[in-house]
Amino acid sequence: MQACHDAGAKMMYGYPITPSSEILENWQKTKGKCLQTEDEIAAGFAVAGGALAGEKVFSATSGPGHILMQDAMVMAEAMRIPMVLIVAQRGGPSSGTVIYSQQEVTLACYGGNGEGFRLVYSPASLEELYTLTRRAFNEAWQYRLPAVVLTDGYALKAQGIFTKPKIQKKNIGAKSLFGTAEPVHVPNIFATEEELNTKLKEIQGDYCKAKSKVETYYEVGLKEAEVLVIAHGTVGASAEAAVLKLRKENKKVGLFRPVTLRPFPSARLNKVVSTKKWKKIVIIESSYGQLARLVHDELKVKNLPEILYLQKPGLGIEPEEIEDYIKKIK
Amino acid sequence: MQIQPAKFCPGCGHPIVLLMLKKVLEEKGLLKKAVLGLDIGCSLLGWNFLPIHTFQTHHGRVTPTMLGFKRAKKDMLCFGLSGDGGAYAIGWQSLFHAARRDEPVTVIVVNNTVYGMTGGQVGPTGIKDLSVKPVCGPELLRDVVNEKAYLARTAVNDPKQMQEFLSKAIDAQLNGHFSLIEFLSFCPTNWKTKGIETTQYLDERLRTVFKVGEI
Repeated sequence: MQACHDAGAKMMYGYPITPSSEILENWQKTKGKCLQTEDEIAAGFAVAGGALAGEKVFSATSGPGHILMQDAMVMAEAMRIPMVLIVAQRGGPSSGTVIYSQQEVTLACYGGNGEGFRLVYSPASLEELYTLTRRAFNEAWQYRLPAVVLTDGYALKAQGIFTKPKIQKKNIGAKSLFGTAEPVHVPNIFATEEELNTKLKEIQGDYCKAKSKVETYYEVGLKEAEVLVIAHGTVGASAEAAVLKLRKENKKVGLFRPVTLRPFPSARLNKVVSTKKWKKIVIIESSYGQLARLVHDELKVKNLPEILYLQKPGLGIEPEEIEDYIKKIK
Repeated sequence: MQIQPAKFCPGCGHPIVLLMLKKVLEEKGLLKKAVLGLDIGCSLLGWNFLPIHTFQTHHGRVTPTMLGFKRAKKDMLCFGLSGDGGAYAIGWQSLFHAARRDEPVTVIVVNNTVYGMTGGQVGPTGIKDLSVKPVCGPELLRDVVNEKAYLARTAVNDPKQMQEFLSKAIDAQLNGHFSLIEFLSFCPTNWKTKGIETTQYLDERLRTVFKVGEI
């Protein structure tokens, strides 16, 4: 929320849903302009409308609300609308549970009838929640793509000592598509397959150009490691704690944490995996393989080592559990 | 600034509404301040018809998009063009709450009682089987809107009343209030009417069920 203010956000549209309601409430408490809409569909499209008019606007949602927001998200993909969404993952499918999971990865990255032309950030700490939210606004406006900060209720409800990171870069300004004297016409439905195909090639080209500048990762101790752990977000933080502890015990284990899930830091991951003969790769997440699917999509290395999966959908994963799991690997 | 060739079917009421909107905006000197959002359905065909800013949205979503636009850019006049399906069926929840909150946007509903683009399926304003009540949008909204909001219904074969109501709806938005005009409109393609039958169907059937005037 502080990051939204600091990024220059002027307006929030939202509908209360646990565990993202605090963002709506605190945004209002800190004098942010806000409208509580009748549902997440209206919130999503009002954000799209505000961004079309040239204002930095955002929404926050979760689970079933995140599903409804995909309606506006695909319009944002098609019309290059820099809408920003903070998603607090909760358990699913359906209404599921109300605090935590990592089950909205696929929805955030590839929801809707689109091609996943969006930026998805997965913070692992309060500091990263701040810096990635700032980046979400700036990169959304720089590349004119919708952006999602994919967090969870554990992270949003956590209390911790927070040192606001210093960011030197100036914010990217917001600009309306309709600021000119001459009338502008923006379609999002096309008369022929060829017209749509041309448009998609253009967006794909722009997305590929943005990829190398946006994709981000975080690594711990890969040089000496024999076992490679891959995890993101809150589980990524847990995995880091486990890896650091195990390394003190001279276990040869390292961590690769994708910080952006879309675009996925695929070049780096492929390099990491191909530079040596790993004993095992372990993909850890609070879902049945939503991160694993992203990793498999991106890995182009031949003769992969055996891949193990620690999957606990809807459950938090403690560092101790990860330690035990890795210790048992032969 | 030129208008583009219309892409609507011959005899469609949509271009009549759009041209009248342009005329009224021009007379008021507000053409350059206008932005028109289009719902999906036949309304989307108006995307580059008029010399004003336009963009297409999703089916039923034009009202929330335009209120988001308006709140970000208060000096622009925001219009949402929708069919009866977009306004009163799939978009009703958003329309209802935008009206209730007195969002200063102008919603233009073209009511021809059918889903024209998809082949003439019955709309929420369907009148073929009157055992199911057709939705009377402005009347239903009257109870929830601010008293200064403007609600009216006219028909595309009454240009004088169209102009008068459009002008008043724009004034309501300029004064910070919600406005909605429903236009009873022609769809000869799906009504399967020819020549005079089309205007007769509007006058004898639609006008009997949907009363024109300020509401």
